[in-house]
Amino acid sequence: MGSTTRFQSPRLIVVVLPSRRRLLHPLRFPPPPPPAKPHRRTFHFTPTLCFSQPQTQTQTPTQPPHSQILSIRRSLLSRSVTALDLAESHLARLNLAEPRLRSFLHVSDSVLREAREIDEKIHRNEETGLLAGVLVGVKDNICAINMPATAGSKLLQGYFPPFDATAVKKVKQSGGIVVGKTNMDEFGMGSTTERSSYQVTANPWDTSRVPGGSSGGSAAAVSAGQCVVSLGSDTGGSVRQPASFCGVVGLKPTYGRVSRYGLMAYASSLDVIGCFGTSVADAAILLHAISGHDKLDATCSKLDVPDFTAQFMSASLLDSQPLKGLKIGLIRETVNDGVDTGVISSIQGAALHMEALGCTVTEVSLPSFSLGLPAYYILASSESSSNLSRYDGVRYGNRAAAEELSNLYGDSRAQGFGPEVKMRIMMGTYALSAGYYDAYYKRAQQVRTLVQKSFKSALAENDILISPAAPSAAYKIGEKKNDPLAMYAGDIMTVNVNLAGLPALVVPCGFVNQGKTRLPVGVQMIGAAFDEDKLLRIGHIFEQTLQCSNFAPPLADSISS
Amino acid sequence: MASTLCRVIQFHTHHFFSSPAVLFRRNKAGMMYCTMKSTQSPDATRELKMPQAKVAPDNYRKLDKVTEGFEAVIGLETHVQLNTVTKAFCSCPYSYGSQPNTNICPVCMGLPGALPVLNAKVIECAVKLGLALNCKLAFASKFDRKQYFYPDLPKGYQISQFDIPIATGGYIDVDLPLEFGGGHRRFGITRAHMEEDAGKLLHTGNSSFSQVDLNRAGVPLLEIVSEPDMRTGVEAAEYAAEIQRLVRYLGISNGNMQEGSLRCDVNVSVRPIGQLEFGTKVEVKNLNAFSAIGRAVDYEISRQSLLYSKGQGDEVVQETRLWDEGSQKTVTMRKKEGLADYRYFPEPDLPEVILTEGYVEKIRQSLPEIPEAKRRRYEEMGLGMQDVLFLANDISVANFFDTTVAKGVDVKLAANWIMGDIAAYMKDEKVSIGEIKLTPDELAELIKSIKDGTISGKIGKEILFELIAKGGTVKGLIKEKDLVQITDAGEIEKMVDQVISENPKQVEQYRGGRTKLQGFFAGQVMKMSKGKANPAILNSILLEKLNSSS
Repeated sequence: MGSTTRFQSPRLIVVVLPSRRRLLHPLRFPPPPPPAKPHRRTFHFTPTLCFSQPQTQTQTPTQPPHSQILSIRRSLLSRSVTALDLAESHLARLNLAEPRLRSFLHVSDSVLREAREIDEKIHRNEETGLLAGVLVGVKDNICAINMPATAGSKLLQGYFPPFDATAVKKVKQSGGIVVGKTNMDEFGMGSTTERSSYQVTANPWDTSRVPGGSSGGSAAAVSAGQCVVSLGSDTGGSVRQPASFCGVVGLKPTYGRVSRYGLMAYASSLDVIGCFGTSVADAAILLHAISGHDKLDATCSKLDVPDFTAQFMSASLLDSQPLKGLKIGLIRETVNDGVDTGVISSIQGAALHMEALGCTVTEVSLPSFSLGLPAYYILASSESSSNLSRYDGVRYGNRAAAEELSNLYGDSRAQGFGPEVKMRIMMGTYALSAGYYDAYYKRAQQVRTLVQKSFKSALAENDILISPAAPSAAYKIGEKKNDPLAMYAGDIMTVNVNLAGLPALVVPCGFVNQGKTRLPVGVQMIGAAFDEDKLLRIGHIFEQTLQCSNFAPPLADSISS
Repeated sequence: MASTLCRVIQFHTHHFFSSPAVLFRRNKAGMMYCTMKSTQSPDATRELKMPQAKVAPDNYRKLDKVTEGFEAVIGLETHVQLNTVTKAFCSCPYSYGSQPNTNICPVCMGLPGALPVLNAKVIECAVKLGLALNCKLAFASKFDRKQYFYPDLPKGYQISQFDIPIATGGYIDVDLPLEFGGGHRRFGITRAHMEEDAGKLLHTGNSSFSQVDLNRAGVPLLEIVSEPDMRTGVEAAEYAAEIQRLVRYLGISNGNMQEGSLRCDVNVSVRPIGQLEFGTKVEVKNLNAFSAIGRAVDYEISRQSLLYSKGQGDEVVQETRLWDEGSQKTVTMRKKEGLADYRYFPEPDLPEVILTEGYVEKIRQSLPEIPEAKRRRYEEMGLGMQDVLFLANDISVANFFDTTVAKGVDVKLAANWIMGDIAAYMKDEKVSIGEIKLTPDELAELIKSIKDGTISGKIGKEILFELIAKGGTVKGLIKEKDLVQITDAGEIEKMVDQVISENPKQVEQYRGGRTKLQGFFAGQVMKMSKGKANPAILNSILLEKLNSSS
């Protein structure tokens, strides 16, 4: 009840479709041009945010992204549409796109039944949660009852967890409908979703390209409108990089903000469950739904969870410099050699846009930045070598037939794990071995402390830090598959944030062109620990005032038309 | 003497005879020197059945000829299973003997996505034990993962503490049993740390598969590592027995060895006396009783000493050996191929364990009197060592004694009643002191009633068994059965007169010199008074009557 009234507050974002027709067809992307362009204040910034895009692309005037969750809620509560309608059209869309995208490893067979239950609740005027009728995709390493959970691994083929992850439980308690389990790199180890043992997911912007990873399925599904929002997990950038590649909003919360209970561990000290949405508001609402203390996760924070969208303002209500006084630090080490020039221009454009909104943008240097990548790979591999030792074929998952116990272990793991997982287990085992621990694991922990300190001092000087989310836009499927070092290098923008445990938000900010293809690029905004509130407010204003804000992929067009 | 002989024979048997028949026979003989039964039993009931004084082979501690010139160095690793209501990292209950895999959940099964959350009670137990062992507590400690593959270890690692255990550098005081010569010892404690137990493998008769029972997986343990301060099997066994006493006193474990709530692994090495370096260390496992610890250690000392004295020292290798109760010897379980690499690293799923001064102080204040303090106090009360050891052995007996004594009764009398008739009853009926109906209050009342002459000692003994078996109060029984002692000299005199007049023949004989007949008369008077006549008054009147009138 409280939440219902909260969202009727005039101070809230109400960037919704003005027309009733839109509500009846909420799944059409891109949204048809509004009958009347809403009044927009003009801002003092270069209006060429999408400079990397060629002049030939005639950008249809678009409006800023709206909250799908809020519009679903409004249309459900006003009885203008039923949850069943929404679910059916989403499922239709999901099925249409799936042969080309392959984002889902499993699609729930109870979506329509759950939608009907919500309709009945609404019919009876019962209270429904904020996510009522919202179809949520869940990364396959997050447990949901009555659905398989394989973490993209053959080893867990056919494994049905007997419990809901806390995040999933909270989604359900808020009325969200879990539509299915999304594809991922095996156990989160990869940056392209090519390392899934089952299928390769395609990027909705160009199906010959990767959607990023490891949460590639979740990002692609939201981008293509196969679901409204989705849960991913981020150990070294696995939410933020695919968000950038797929042109969606990706949110990695502070370590400890969201319970990890039910998230199959890759690297426990780095793993967080994150959110994908087509707007900052949706990511914020989803984060609010899944956050909070959980007695089942000792690393989960007891801090209060603010209502992240409470301070969101409609674009029409913003003054000319809504971010006046904020200090933004652009991380120097992220816009230098080795980073795609198109990406750099997009980020610089984003910085200009922020300046236009009233921020002071300065370059900051994080001297330990480059050390973060090797430290990350040592720590993540070390922890994963331990976390993955439970997959022994004894209690669950695929077990190899064997005469001897050691063969049972060896064969189950040899047959079940893919090459990338094996490599990381071996690297981690090596790094933790007697005689090597000090040289690798311990030193990596020392680097981690340095990284934390340098972020802390940079964030003492700045409200947020910005950087690209990845050094390039989405690349071709197969392009880096056989070059693990190149793929690891792609994580340079994101891993430091995990080492420091900070929250980060990726918001689409521009495009780069690859031949005829336009590929989205996201800007990463990094905030202080547990200050998602500020991050999301800035992200929301940034997104609402961005000119070229149509980040619906061509594939979404084709399947909706 | 006999026992020493047995050991020597037995020892030689293993090394010089290979006939299984001989072995078997000698093994039976070997059983004769199982002298530590008193501390072996898991619970107070059974312990009481075998007071420590029963077998006292003075020669036990004499070194065998073969071990002359050698010194053993012994250290123990003891695992104490805590009696917390729920497991260490999940909310599953644990009760020994449950149906397999009934007390399990995603966390203790190690299902993907499940996370450990520390049970605060485990820390409380660890702090209690740390303080009682006079250890230094780590105010910031942490958990680590110890990694190895075994089917009873569902996560592929054990959550333990590696480089920062919660307690370090303490000691424990031990009084050796009198039958082994007695004596006080102080053994160093290297460390005590928290960890979780593994599940159990149930090996079927069919050797093609084994079954896994995860009920025990995740049950909290405290591992206590001693300094290598022990030199004999008796010392090692008594150290372990003292740990059991301590954890029972603290109420943190039932310390039951048969159920595996207390498990000891012993490290034994032997070196020539005077040598500073330690000899090669051998670990002995599968010790299910304190007596087994003593015997296994002594066996190992003999085995290793013999090898050294024969110049075959290189046959003493670093290995794990199993104590085989059947053959009364240790056998090789596995030779260590170098050091096992457990690849410890800090457990990322659990935050640091931070203790505050206030928390520790509160626990310190709430600590019960530990066994050593109790023994020293009993000694100061004037009790002999035999009594001290008996009473302090079992906390419930000690509490019974303390409560009785607190009522102001004589310490020695209270001890005698408890160690005598009460202990005998418990032994016969196989019950613990908590199960008998007699309360300390009533025992005190009984002792007082005898002392102040209300009832005779004989009557006291009679009603004691009624109190133990059926309960009730001393006063109530005395009244109900009209047992108040007759101290009225006139009344007793009447009865004496009657007896004398009724037995003229015996009076004649008495006066003729058969003074032993006094007992007969006393008995007759006592019978007449239904046992209530005060014996002292009776006897003085009787003697006077018998001797005076002629």
